[in-house]
Amino acid sequence: MSKSNLLPTKIPIWRDERYLKLLAQIAFALGVLFFGYYFYQNMVTGLRQQGTTLGFSFLNNTAGFDLAETLIDYSRSSKYWQAFLAGLYNTLLVSAVGIFFSTVLGVILGVARLSANPLVKWLAAAYLELMRNLSLLVFLIFWYLGVFLKLPLLREAIFWPGGILLSNRGIALPWGVPTDVYPAYRLILLAGLLLAFGLAFFLHQRGLRTGRPPLTIMWFLATFLAVAVFGWLALPGAPLTLDLPRVEGLGIVGGNTLSPEFMALVSGLVLYTAAFIGEVVRAGIQSVSKGQLEAAGALGLNGFQTLRLVVFPQALQVIIPPLTSQYLNLTKNSSLAIAVGYADLFYVSNTILNQSGRAVEMITLVMLTYLTFSLLTSLFMNWYNSRVRVVER
Amino acid sequence: MSHIAEVQSATFERLPLLTWMRKNLFNTWGNSVLTLITGWLIFIIGRGLLVWVFTQAEWEVIGANLRLFLLGQYPITQVWRIWLSLLLLAFLSGNALSLWGRKGRAAGRFAVALVVTLLLLMLAPVGIEARGWLLALVFLIGLGWFMGRSATRRMRQVITVGFIIWPPIFILLLRGLTPADGLLPLVGTNLWGGLLLTFMLTVVGIVFSFPLGVLLALGRRSQLRIVRWVSIGYIELIRGVPLITILFMAQLMLPLFLPTGITIDRIIRAMVGITLFSAAYLAENVRGGLQAIPKGQFEAAYALGLSGLHTMGLIVMPQALRLVIPILVGQFIALFKDTALVAIVGLLDLVGIAKTVLAQPEFLGLQREVYAFVSLLYWVFSYAMSYVSIRLESSLGIGQR
Repeated sequence: MSKSNLLPTKIPIWRDERYLKLLAQIAFALGVLFFGYYFYQNMVTGLRQQGTTLGFSFLNNTAGFDLAETLIDYSRSSKYWQAFLAGLYNTLLVSAVGIFFSTVLGVILGVARLSANPLVKWLAAAYLELMRNLSLLVFLIFWYLGVFLKLPLLREAIFWPGGILLSNRGIALPWGVPTDVYPAYRLILLAGLLLAFGLAFFLHQRGLRTGRPPLTIMWFLATFLAVAVFGWLALPGAPLTLDLPRVEGLGIVGGNTLSPEFMALVSGLVLYTAAFIGEVVRAGIQSVSKGQLEAAGALGLNGFQTLRLVVFPQALQVIIPPLTSQYLNLTKNSSLAIAVGYADLFYVSNTILNQSGRAVEMITLVMLTYLTFSLLTSLFMNWYNSRVRVVER
Repeated sequence: MSHIAEVQSATFERLPLLTWMRKNLFNTWGNSVLTLITGWLIFIIGRGLLVWVFTQAEWEVIGANLRLFLLGQYPITQVWRIWLSLLLLAFLSGNALSLWGRKGRAAGRFAVALVVTLLLLMLAPVGIEARGWLLALVFLIGLGWFMGRSATRRMRQVITVGFIIWPPIFILLLRGLTPADGLLPLVGTNLWGGLLLTFMLTVVGIVFSFPLGVLLALGRRSQLRIVRWVSIGYIELIRGVPLITILFMAQLMLPLFLPTGITIDRIIRAMVGITLFSAAYLAENVRGGLQAIPKGQFEAAYALGLSGLHTMGLIVMPQALRLVIPILVGQFIALFKDTALVAIVGLLDLVGIAKTVLAQPEFLGLQREVYAFVSLLYWVFSYAMSYVSIRLESSLGIGQR
């Protein structure tokens, strides 16, 4: 073997790995671009033959359809973009309410799954097994058509204790009606909130200084509640009067009526997602090793202190990433509102799409909106996750 | 799975019922209250359910439309093709189970459960022909089982190949080849429906999203920056939006992407949507497996002089896939449940058929019965899939080393 073969001679360009990699990337990029361009070109040609072009200016046209329930002012003569916005708010409402209640129910289920009581454990396990193997869409349709629309007619409405009225028109709840001292009360609530925040911040700082974590959240809530109760009593009249729903003629008067569509969607999503959150919570609690509990016991912590200072901080780390994806799933699954006829983002967009014939624009808009939700939630949860991470040595 | 064995072998004393109840249900005040509340809840729910199922519900709607639920409007003269493909599957399953059955008893038990289920199905209100076919299925499972007992290593490869070529054969048989007067007349996809369509969408979704997902997972870990970016962009885009938007895109935008004059079938469009959606999730799961493979494996392969392709194909990917089998099964179950969404874009799958059944004048207002039945079907198949996969995994040691 001659010596020159062992020396790093100049590698020819067609065998140099760096060049090959670059070439492969360029080829790949060109391929992707070519296909993208090809599809785009086909689409533009096809649309031109239909006599349309791409563009979002149609969003300023009059919508001309009604929406059953909206959080913002909306009427038949509003614009498309206002309808879209109304749908967006409804999706946010459903997601927020759904996330709150499914977290509560999920935590209960997760803890019940680990209960020492065999009956409780069995019931929780049966519930999880039932829900996790159902198809959400079928469940939602069943829940809406088979339960909420099968409630009795308004004439024969069921009265539940607490002034709740159930009928196939929806669930009517007692609601507070603001009186003329309500604006003043709102200011008091705001002051209470600020005070509670200030106190929580102070306690947190002191906790950091002394190394004894205080019950920040409890003090926060207690302060706020104390101010709220005190303000209620201090004002000359009650800021809110209770308004009970009742049947009058052909409709429900008073209270706040939640439509069967909204109730079916939210409660269906909550019941379904809670099963998955329950599993997440169970896994999180079980991930805390037994030694940690024994160590906490040896340090003389009581049961509540063990949970608050030892179990939760560690379980939370395991729980948060999968919990985030469950929240995102709930938000995305809220698009199944179309199956129960609740005017959420997807339902409204579909109506706009059908009326205006702007499939490409509407689908792009909807996908971008959901994508934004996902990215924002991920960012927030990543930030929160990095905050709760237990600092290891 | 050692901790499960531990739990089971832990001291499980046989206590008299009353003692057991006192020790576990009524040992403290709080626990007693909890027990009573839970017991009351179980009683109320259970009684309501039993009363409804056995006295109030009108189940005739299911019996009268059973064929519609299962097969949609598939022509009755051509149903034998579905049975034929099922016979092939039964033979393959029996064979595979007996091959696996040598390692543990779970496979044998599963085979018995399958046979018992099929025999029980014969009691359902189905025609005499269907009963005959069910019997044939049982026979072929048995045949497969006994042939598998004396099978060689080569047989194993044949079975694997059989499972891989089964889906295309299934689809070919269903769709047909020849014009109306031939042996296998074409059956238009507009006639596919019911549980058959649901299964079809699931099978196609799994078969096609698997290679795409693996490619995306590799792309996301690629050293080539542009490939990586495109893969990440695709995966995150798909995972960030609901399936229903993808299905709508597939229905409405896919035809626009193609040159004018080319139209694709609505069911194919739905399949494309489901595949594109599932691939992104699959890619993330496979990536999880790839990340779990220690670097030493790559280095060892490099030291042996394997090329990049060989390292991936022979060393890394088999281990990575083996690791994520349980997760993949979970994903496939989710895919099965998600196919219900095609009803929203107007296909007549199980849910779509339910809608048409409820539109029949003699069965108006029976939403509870119809959707309870559909839910039950989804539930049974999902539960069976997850149960079988868990059992087979633990007995074969799949997913662990």
